[in-house]
Amino acid sequence: MAKNFYETTRIKKERIIRVIRVICGEKTEDFMTKEEFRKRKVTGPDGEEFEVDPMKDYFSEDKPRVHSPRGKIIEKFMNWARGESLWILGYGTGCGAIEMRPLMTPRFDAYRYGIQWRPTPRQSNVFMIAGYLSVKTLKRVIRSYEQMQGPKYVVALGSCTINGGMYWDSYNTINRLDYYLPVDVYIAGCMPRPESLLAGFEKLKEMIKEGKCEGQNEYAENFDCYKKNQKQIIKDWDMPDYNW
Amino acid sequence: MGFEPIKILYALGTIFIIFNVGMLIQGIVRKIGARVGKRYGIRFYQPYIDLIKNYVMRSNVTHGVMFYLGPVFRLTGGLGVFLFIPIIYGSQYFSNFAFAGDVVLVLYFIFFGSLGMALGAGEGGHPYSAIGVSRGLAQVTAAEIALVIAVIGVGIQYDTLSITEMVAAQQGGIANWTMVTNPLLTILAMLAFLGAMGRSPFDVVLAPQEIPIGPPTEYHSTFLGIMQTNRSIFPMAKTILFVNLFFGGATNWIVLILKIFIVYMWSVVVGVVFPRFRVDHSIRWWYKYALPLGIIAIIVTTLIAG
Repeated sequence: MAKNFYETTRIKKERIIRVIRVICGEKTEDFMTKEEFRKRKVTGPDGEEFEVDPMKDYFSEDKPRVHSPRGKIIEKFMNWARGESLWILGYGTGCGAIEMRPLMTPRFDAYRYGIQWRPTPRQSNVFMIAGYLSVKTLKRVIRSYEQMQGPKYVVALGSCTINGGMYWDSYNTINRLDYYLPVDVYIAGCMPRPESLLAGFEKLKEMIKEGKCEGQNEYAENFDCYKKNQKQIIKDWDMPDYNW
Repeated sequence: MGFEPIKILYALGTIFIIFNVGMLIQGIVRKIGARVGKRYGIRFYQPYIDLIKNYVMRSNVTHGVMFYLGPVFRLTGGLGVFLFIPIIYGSQYFSNFAFAGDVVLVLYFIFFGSLGMALGAGEGGHPYSAIGVSRGLAQVTAAEIALVIAVIGVGIQYDTLSITEMVAAQQGGIANWTMVTNPLLTILAMLAFLGAMGRSPFDVVLAPQEIPIGPPTEYHSTFLGIMQTNRSIFPMAKTILFVNLFFGGATNWIVLILKIFIVYMWSVVVGVVFPRFRVDHSIRWWYKYALPLGIIAIIVTTLIAG
């Protein structure tokens, strides 16, 4: 009993120290703040005990790699298909998200341009960042982006993704999205109308067909740089470095 | 009758035709749905582009062996159903691998895909996949009772378990179709058809408003491509089965495609009109209404046939 008491106090103390370190902005790459990412012993249904290391067992340890394009004609055909079938992962991080909904309605109807919405990052190839990103949402955005399969494109919506817009001196939003993820198309405006969104998608299509949208490869090539930028903003980095 | 290798070529040709019919019907149905909602809608050839895109994605991640096998099992189930149904009555080219007891094998294959999907989606590890799969299996089991009763009923009526012979018994005009000779069984079968197609009100598996996409949450790129391929073959195979059993089959492609379209539209129209059941409502509905109807139908059929 007594031992348990000391044990729990020790754990509590450790936790408090960890929180203080996070608040002070100390480098936090070395440890995970979440219990679920720690090594632990698990008893299986047949009574067998085995050790689980979530970071190694549940997540990939490989860095993203560069996928070089294939032959010219084949790649052109593939890019045509990719451009004409844009599956969107809509990320409503800010007020701009409200301009995304009218695109599904009869008035604007983006479906006729081959634009469709998917509920899961695995199946989408266009990531739509709708508006400003707070530090908290940036973490989720990175995880979702890394779970998407390539080639993937990022469309940033609103002035706040370009230079912060009206949130440029806010204490908890990032100013320039390009530092953290490779962005293909910016749609300026505060907020941009659905028509300008459609124009943005048309631009994205053109760029994909010309083979200019290699954001995934850019991310893989400059992976360390992007991670460094991301970790500068996200102080409590409690997730693996690679999320695919 | 011995095995003839040339039949494999014919079967591949049939699969190719039905695959394209399935893709076009998918596109047209979505277009009709959009027009009902006063939208312009997707281009009718959009499913083809989506399919190509999914096959040419550059990266794949896997969660293990079963994750690979899930879509393969699903496609095997779809093709299995298809390959044992005679497509065109009286044609030696488009009879596939139909044999004396094919209807039993077809019933088995209809369930096979769901089981494979359950194993694959389970290994994907996403909670929505697990929920979707358990719902799917529960509902398929409940709806399967109605389906099996309907199929066995037709077997009792024509005293055979061969689809070809069932179609043969219905030849010679609309008055000989099971639809006319045994309306009760046909009503039951059309209800079972709704359950088998997984459209609203029985779309508890994909359930867009609750568990965004259900079992295929983790599936992407080529995996999803295989499942999309199956999505254009499997529903067509099921529709052809119902056309064969209840609507007199078909003696040429034009009649077949027309009948497929009309029977398929039945599930679409019901789906557009009725909202979605929750899973507990859906399963209760099958046991409360479809099962008693099935028992009455099969008793009536036995009395008439006997």
